[in-house]
Amino acid sequence: MSFRLLGVRAAQGVRREGASHSRTGLRDRYHAWLQHHRLSAADSMHRVLDNPVSSAMTWLVIGIALALPSGLNVALDNVSQLSASWDSPAQISLFLHDEVSDERALALQAELSARADVSLSRFVSREEALEEFRSLSGFADVLSSLQDNPLPHLVVVAPAADAQQAVVAALRAELEAYPDVAQAVLDMEWLQRLDTMMLLGRRLVWAVAGLLILGVLLILGNTIRLAIESRREEIVIVKLVGGSNAFVRRPFLYTGLWYGVGGGLFAALLVAASLWFLQGSVADLARLYHSEFRLRGLGVMGGLNLIILGGLLGLAGAWLAVSRHLAAIQPR
Amino acid sequence: MISFDRVSKRYAEGHDALREVSLDIARDELVFLTGHSGAGKSTLLRMIMLMERPTRGQVVIDGQNLGAVGPRGIPRHRRNIGVVFQNHRLLYDRNVFDNVALPLVIAGHDHREVGRRVRAALDKVGLLERERAMPVTLSGGEQQRVGIARAVVGKPRILLADEPTGNLDPALSAEIMQLFEEFNQVGVTVLIASHDLGLISRLRHRIITLRQGRLVSGSAA
Repeated sequence: MSFRLLGVRAAQGVRREGASHSRTGLRDRYHAWLQHHRLSAADSMHRVLDNPVSSAMTWLVIGIALALPSGLNVALDNVSQLSASWDSPAQISLFLHDEVSDERALALQAELSARADVSLSRFVSREEALEEFRSLSGFADVLSSLQDNPLPHLVVVAPAADAQQAVVAALRAELEAYPDVAQAVLDMEWLQRLDTMMLLGRRLVWAVAGLLILGVLLILGNTIRLAIESRREEIVIVKLVGGSNAFVRRPFLYTGLWYGVGGGLFAALLVAASLWFLQGSVADLARLYHSEFRLRGLGVMGGLNLIILGGLLGLAGAWLAVSRHLAAIQPR
Repeated sequence: MISFDRVSKRYAEGHDALREVSLDIARDELVFLTGHSGAGKSTLLRMIMLMERPTRGQVVIDGQNLGAVGPRGIPRHRRNIGVVFQNHRLLYDRNVFDNVALPLVIAGHDHREVGRRVRAALDKVGLLERERAMPVTLSGGEQQRVGIARAVVGKPRILLADEPTGNLDPALSAEIMQLFEEFNQVGVTVLIASHDLGLISRLRHRIITLRQGRLVSGSAA
């Protein structure tokens, strides 16, 4: 029996024969419902696969639309992974008063090192600082013409590794209150800027994702509308012989589901392919920086999530189309 | 079984398709519905199918007032009525078996039951050996018989036919009518719209005549 869309299997129902019209029990109905789902799913799949080129186009369009935001998201994940891997996310530079002697500065450094919320402290004397500045800045001539060293003593303090941003800020304020300290500067602004940019990036991803998801819904809705149009006569006949709206709707919902799932799969493949394409250059770059950094992909769960998202969008798009167009098709 | 009580149908453009039609058809009857095209035959059948609602009056089918059947009740109502269309209305991308199986599939029957009943229905119309054929490969008469098999496979209480012999030659038409008589003999109420007066007057059944939406004869047995 080649039931494609049609087809029902039900339990061994006891049926009244003769003039009495057919009756089906609840259990039969459940089995029939289940069977019709199975057959609708299979038939819709056949119909999708029967037109490989146009179906692949639909999959690709949905795939690209889903791959863009999820690819961006993967890129952001990698950036945040990179920034998290820096050992000292923040350091506090303590500039000491001019009159502070080397001994007092060293004592201060020792005192700070003993603190529990400080992982490391380093003393940079004004002479060392000048020397360093001289060799790095290229202003050696100008500096040697100076009568005295304008630079202060410096103690660089790294907060404990697991310290939160607020704790670090509190530490900075506390250190600035030390009598020997002229100014305490938290070198964290660039990190905050990065964080802010990441936040902006995430927002951007959401906005792009929102727009593209809307696009996917419209594409799917239109594809399903065309499928409905091409089977208009069949829908009329099914309604004439007593097919309910749910019965008529089912194969189209499955069509949407298959387009969505295929699109999600394409999206996962596109993201994986782009990462594979970038992996080589990123590894080269990381080697130059003596880093072990490697691109992190979607992962199995990420891929599955994309496919599930695609499927849900497919169902939603099909539902939109079906609820708008199917009710309008009535036997005339 | 089928009862119309002063049913009128006026379309939006002001055309009156039915005017004050009252009739009663009993459970075991076979009734012909005749009249010129535009006399209201199709409208009357469409009301029984709930493809159309009366403007005034009420239709009662098998004890059910159709005015009380909402949109959600329409599929269930239609499953109890077999319909044969003049233009067959088959699914041309499915074979004969699948076409006939459609009402059973919709009603939700066991697949063995479906196979058994489809073959019984095809046997009844003499197309058992063509179950795998596609409808386009069949002649007009055969397609009409597939339509009849589909109409009766669900064992409906009521069988409606709209010009079932419209495109067939007299010999085939007589065969088709004989099929309807056989279904009537096993207790199915049959209502056939036909303008083939020569054919239907030879068969001795009640004839309801419509003229310009009015019932002019045959309102009761």
